[in-house]
Amino acid sequence: MRRYIARRLLQAAIATFLVITIVFFVMRLSGDPTLLLVPEGATAEQIAALRHALGFDRPLAVQYLGYLGDLAHFDLGQSLVQRAPVWLIVASRLPYTMALAAGALVFALVTGIPAGIAMAVWRGGVTERLLSALVLAGQSLPTFWSGILFILLFGVSLHWLPTSGADGPASLVMPSVVLGALAMATFARMTRISVLEELGRDYVTAARARGLSMGAAVVRHVLRNAAIPVVTVVALEVGNLLAGAVIVETVFAWPGIGQLAMQSIFARDFLVVQAIVLFVSMVYIALNLATDLAYSAIDPRIRGMA
Amino acid sequence: MTPALAVHDLRLLIGGAAVVDGVGFAVAPGEVMALVGESGCGKSLTAHAIMRLLPDAVRQDRGYVALDGDNLSVLSERQMRLVRGRRMSMIFQEPQAALDPLSTVGAQVAEGTGSPLRQARAAVLAMLDEVGIADPARRIDQYPFELSGGMCQRVMIASALIARPAVLIADEPTTALDVTIQAQILDLLRRLAIERGTAIVLITHDMGVVADIADRVAVMYAGRIAETGDTAAIFARPRHPYTALLLAALPRRTDVPRSRLAVIEGRVPAPSEFPTGCRFAGRCPLADARCRAETPLLREVARGHLSACWHAEAVR
Amino acid sequence: MRPRVSFGIRVIVLLIVLFAAAALLAPWISPHDPLRQSLLLRLKPPGSATASAGLFPLGTDDLGRDLLSRILYGARASFIVAILSVSVSLVVGTLLGLAAGWFRGWTATLIMRFVDAMLSVPAILLAVLTVAVIGPSFVTLVLVLGLTRWPRYTRVAYAATLQVAGLPFIAAAEMAGADSARILLRHILPNIAGPLLVVATSEFGLMILFEAGLSFLGLGIQPPAPSWGSIMSAGRQYVERAWWLTVFPGLGLFTLVVCVNVMGDWLRDRLDPRSAGR
Repeated sequence: MRRYIARRLLQAAIATFLVITIVFFVMRLSGDPTLLLVPEGATAEQIAALRHALGFDRPLAVQYLGYLGDLAHFDLGQSLVQRAPVWLIVASRLPYTMALAAGALVFALVTGIPAGIAMAVWRGGVTERLLSALVLAGQSLPTFWSGILFILLFGVSLHWLPTSGADGPASLVMPSVVLGALAMATFARMTRISVLEELGRDYVTAARARGLSMGAAVVRHVLRNAAIPVVTVVALEVGNLLAGAVIVETVFAWPGIGQLAMQSIFARDFLVVQAIVLFVSMVYIALNLATDLAYSAIDPRIRGMA
Repeated sequence: MTPALAVHDLRLLIGGAAVVDGVGFAVAPGEVMALVGESGCGKSLTAHAIMRLLPDAVRQDRGYVALDGDNLSVLSERQMRLVRGRRMSMIFQEPQAALDPLSTVGAQVAEGTGSPLRQARAAVLAMLDEVGIADPARRIDQYPFELSGGMCQRVMIASALIARPAVLIADEPTTALDVTIQAQILDLLRRLAIERGTAIVLITHDMGVVADIADRVAVMYAGRIAETGDTAAIFARPRHPYTALLLAALPRRTDVPRSRLAVIEGRVPAPSEFPTGCRFAGRCPLADARCRAETPLLREVARGHLSACWHAEAVR
Repeated sequence: MRPRVSFGIRVIVLLIVLFAAAALLAPWISPHDPLRQSLLLRLKPPGSATASAGLFPLGTDDLGRDLLSRILYGARASFIVAILSVSVSLVVGTLLGLAAGWFRGWTATLIMRFVDAMLSVPAILLAVLTVAVIGPSFVTLVLVLGLTRWPRYTRVAYAATLQVAGLPFIAAAEMAGADSARILLRHILPNIAGPLLVVATSEFGLMILFEAGLSFLGLGIQPPAPSWGSIMSAGRQYVERAWWLTVFPGLGLFTLVVCVNVMGDWLRDRLDPRSAGR
């Protein structure tokens, strides 16, 4: 068990290091990263001065080590556009994205998991057909389309919900549903497969032979066993929700880090974009790690090995 | 006397094929009745049909099951739930797989009582003790993976019998266990049948197990009963060539691990290729033209001893 | 068992073929030039017709361009980007997976750790960052999508290669003196093609969505060239006056992705019965 944790931690560390490296090289794909950071219309001297000030005229290896050193001190640099530390800019927007991702996750969990259970328990019936159509839709809907349609229907036509912006909890509803649709589909599919697999096991028949109803057998035995593979995708989906926020926040003018990323791209404020990519990737890696370690909490077989 | 369990003319279909056809038998309280045959002969489906726990793909279109004289086929699923566990119960081939890996032993045994473990704890401890689990106070809060296969089967038996059902269906309860454990579990079942008056339907492919424990036997072949009668009578003089071959395949010395029944040449035909006439004809040394044309029905060849063979008298 | 193709799948295939045909034949079947602007014909609703310009079956956009023609050309862009980027990632991912599965040891560790890292960066974000750094263009789009989405193929090819490489006939081929490259291409690749095809199909749907998404964000196909994403992006500002600019391209996109996803599930059930329904 301890060896497993150690190996898993090492893997996460390697992934972190590689992600940081990938981002470093992507930032230099254009040849001269200085050009990504200067406001438009800067003179050649200004650019040269900035290049020297930021160290982009040093050899690549030196730049790389400097970059690693900065990150080791959690120094993400200064935004030249907003004249503020990058971490502060990202942190100020983070709560909005967290709220959006949380809303989307809650929506996806409370719809997707029951849908998956229902599809497995009532397989072969009308319920399954209807729900699988819904799942297919969730899986195939482009968020920038469903988002606009939602705005058109619930905002413009029905006036039920605010069309955009962050103005109280009501404005969180539409973006959450739109962003959560894909995760909902994923949870429903995973839950369905997982529950189906467990339903075929002997212990279900045995529980029913003891007089448990199908429903009681599902609740008391099947769900816990079926939860293990589902938990994995929940963590992975949180990462995907953060990434999907780029489009959804743009559609709904939601002031989170997704919108910030797009604004920073068009404002040529690339250190902010870099910070966001790094941040989301780290969250992703951390969630994966946490999931793997959480297994031991759910499954007594693994707990026993401790 | 009303039998504890009676099965009448059961027929089960998968698609269009009758995988179980015309199966019937009765078991008295305290009696062990063995249902024996090679895999694929419909024993296990018969067991699940008795419990009304058939897989979706299997349909029962004829016959009924009576428990202490009550016809179960008229019961709703809700009423049937009150029968399962309380009046009739079942144990399985793979005890480890038949227990939920994420629930404690005690919680699962308690389910048989219908109350949560907190209330049923004393009864569960007593039951675990009765099925021969040492240190039940420690075992009760353990998980199945912490127990050996034999112990898991004891737990299964405890969970099946805690509500004192009149009938226990045991579906190959010792097949997955090693030989010494097998004997212990069979002894346990035998003892419980006597002490509690439980009627046991024991499903097995192993004539050795039958000899150890069963009062009576029904030999099944390709979904039908080939021969049925007292164990002693059938072992003394089988009246169906299939039974005779099963017995011939049994190792003489009891300390040799019991072989699977693959010793008989050929295999059970798939339901889609069941022949007309006697279904055993293809593998039978005595088969003639009549066997291939006409289905032999069960007939009494001696008192309480029935055989479905045209040549019952010629079997050696 | 006799291959049985359900009615539903036939319809799905027919729809995909229709989309592909529309994409292929866009220059010949479009009623108008997708780039010709006319300020007099701005934001005409579907079915509008004028004596001089003719019929606009799905209406016009904010610059007076025919929406149907732009959607047909947009389908063309979608298909080309998706096909090319899937090809790039399929080739890169499969080669790396084959190499990892064949050489094992350090090669495998190195490649698979890199795969883990790539899978830790959400692809859409990495694509956004990369396109933004290099500057959007058609080639950038294809390369970025192709080079961010290869790890799934690598995982599948790696696992499948490990499995196939252990089979006796591979050892036999090796003993018969066949060299590694030959064994990989002639013996192993055909045996792992099924799972790769399944991944490629689901990736195809994703690529279509990514292309549209990036174009919607202004990082994909650049205006005035038509793309479903950029049409919707422009239409967003007029959503209250001209719903058709959002509804029609989105409907096309949605329908196509649904078809591809159904197709992918069907292929997976067909090629890998163990994961039926997954």
